[in-house]
Amino acid sequence: MNFPSWTLLGQSLLSGIFIGSLYGLLGLGLSLSWGMLRQINLAHFALAFLGAYLTFQLTTVVGMDPLATLVVILPCFFAFGVLMQWLLSRFAISPFNSLLVTFGLTVIIESSIQWIWTADFRNLESSYGDMKFKIGTLYLPLPELLTLLISIALSLSTWALLRYTDLGRAMRAAAEDGQIASAFGVNQRMLALLLSGMAAAFAGVAGLCLALSYTLSPSQIYAWIGVVFAAVMIGGLGNPLGPLVAGIVIGVAEAMTMALISPAWAPLVSFSLLILVLLTRADTI
Amino acid sequence: MKPITRLILAAGGALLSLGMVLQPVAAAPAGPPIKIGSTLALTGPLAATAMIHKLTGEIYVEELNKRGGLLGRPVEWIVKDDQSKPDVARTLYEQLITVDHVDLLLGPYATGNILSAMGVAQKYHKMLVHHTLGIPSLAKYDMQFPAWSVGPDPATTVTNHLLDAFASVGKSPKTIAIVTSKFPSVYVMSEGMREVAKKRGLKEVLFLEWEFGNKDFGPIASRLKDANPDFVFVGALGLEGNQLLDAMKKIDYAPPLQYYMYPAPGPLAKAPGAEHALAGSIFEQHPPFTNNPTAAAFVKIYNERAAKAGLPDNAVETQAAASYSAWQIIEAAVTATKSLDDKVLSQWLKTHRVDTIQGSLRFDGPNNFGDDLMRLKQVQNGHWVTVWPKEWAAPGAKLLVP
Repeated sequence: MNFPSWTLLGQSLLSGIFIGSLYGLLGLGLSLSWGMLRQINLAHFALAFLGAYLTFQLTTVVGMDPLATLVVILPCFFAFGVLMQWLLSRFAISPFNSLLVTFGLTVIIESSIQWIWTADFRNLESSYGDMKFKIGTLYLPLPELLTLLISIALSLSTWALLRYTDLGRAMRAAAEDGQIASAFGVNQRMLALLLSGMAAAFAGVAGLCLALSYTLSPSQIYAWIGVVFAAVMIGGLGNPLGPLVAGIVIGVAEAMTMALISPAWAPLVSFSLLILVLLTRADTI
Repeated sequence: MKPITRLILAAGGALLSLGMVLQPVAAAPAGPPIKIGSTLALTGPLAATAMIHKLTGEIYVEELNKRGGLLGRPVEWIVKDDQSKPDVARTLYEQLITVDHVDLLLGPYATGNILSAMGVAQKYHKMLVHHTLGIPSLAKYDMQFPAWSVGPDPATTVTNHLLDAFASVGKSPKTIAIVTSKFPSVYVMSEGMREVAKKRGLKEVLFLEWEFGNKDFGPIASRLKDANPDFVFVGALGLEGNQLLDAMKKIDYAPPLQYYMYPAPGPLAKAPGAEHALAGSIFEQHPPFTNNPTAAAFVKIYNERAAKAGLPDNAVETQAAASYSAWQIIEAAVTATKSLDDKVLSQWLKTHRVDTIQGSLRFDGPNNFGDDLMRLKQVQNGHWVTVWPKEWAAPGAKLLVP
């Protein structure tokens, strides 16, 4: 067996970091709602794809710049997240039932996407698609680079928000012990609405990144669930930096497996890592 | 103009008008409908392609009923959503036979689902005409008939034809890389390519396989670039071809020769970096295929209806042609035998050829497969054109090897 070239290793490493950052971005909202609202929101993936299709629509039909579509998508998704949380709390949906309810919501969103955009593949042709940087023999495509930067920026700012602001402290307190937090004047209900809105808006941002880098089809919604769940669980529930770090670890491990062994072995990596983490630090998840 | 000339012209015009008025009009079909049942992957990962089959079937049944239906009776197509799942297809075919009491069966889309349907058809002794079975060796049922004429051993014939095509322009590759999805019908072809390449003296510099549903094609593209083969055989299904092409484009890599087994034809042709990419085809909407009036008429209707349905790609190619051929097979057998008896129809098909828009099909070979009618098409100026063999090439088109 020949030793792979440094270019192959370097490019695969970059590829792993890029896709890992997308795992992290997709996992950010999921981790917040799971860890802090105790809701396993499967609809998060469907929302991300809805965001991707809206980006496609606003770019190709309305003629907006893909990044500018966030001006429309973010408020709409925030409002959707607030509404969803209001409904879930109104009907006192338990964490396990939230899994079933949001799965139903996923199917509804998937069907709506297929009804509007058909099941055929949709590819966003934007000026960003062809842009890339070259460092030595390595290529850094702009869409993937944007995904990485957005993912880092959102994860860090959310972490800082939760750690250094009163609002963030209140959110953490409400997640830790809602009743005690309420006794100290924390409006738990309002914070939950805000947090759910944020998580949905993050799904919208992830949708933009999906549209920039991937060809879309409705059934792709399910292709991301397993690996992103693994990233969220490895990263720690409710930890904004966790999915990004875990996502990159998984992405790089998968990419290196593809580069050095076989692409067919890559899917085993994320779940092997998950099992390893569950065995070694189950108490922290 | 002389009066006599005017008179002749007027008489000619009158005769022409009369002829148009008196054109034979098919009697409207009457009586209880003949029910033809099938499933399609209307949702799930195979839905993008299955919608082509749905549209084709709808067009065919409408036109068939305008022509008077079958045996003077209207035709009703009962199509159910198998969600791209073979187990669901199996249940739904049971339903079609035992609950809907369909007269005839048509196959679903994709190999796994067809094999499920075939098991049910066998159980109830029903004939099954199917359009997209990729592994002929698995079709053991005596009363199944393939509309996609790939021959009994496409893993050998299609791949040999491909190398013959390169040889015909004096560009035989010396090295080959085979990268493939583990999706069964694609994987079989990739394994066939390996065998054929070995027999014909090509050096295999890379063989990679991935699980269906793989998302990151970056490392695969990097490994291809590193291996630097003369020819890349991509065993990709649907979207995967585009994903690999995107990944190669991102690292500025374009193989000299690249063949995609079962691509999503429209999106692949439009993808940056797809110029000169190759794929197999049984039909493309250009002459000589469209010299057949039935094919030309279908192309016209399909293009309009596909645009109306919002499909990004409106062209008729392999999938639509295979689907159309399946309906032609059923119509030919029922019309010739004047029967709906599955055994009578099957017997007739085994001993007769059927003219379809992809060519003349026969069903007397191993597992009822006939000739391999796969041709080679290439993306040229953003469009697919048939380039080989010469007699099926688009006017003025030839295989281009950069």
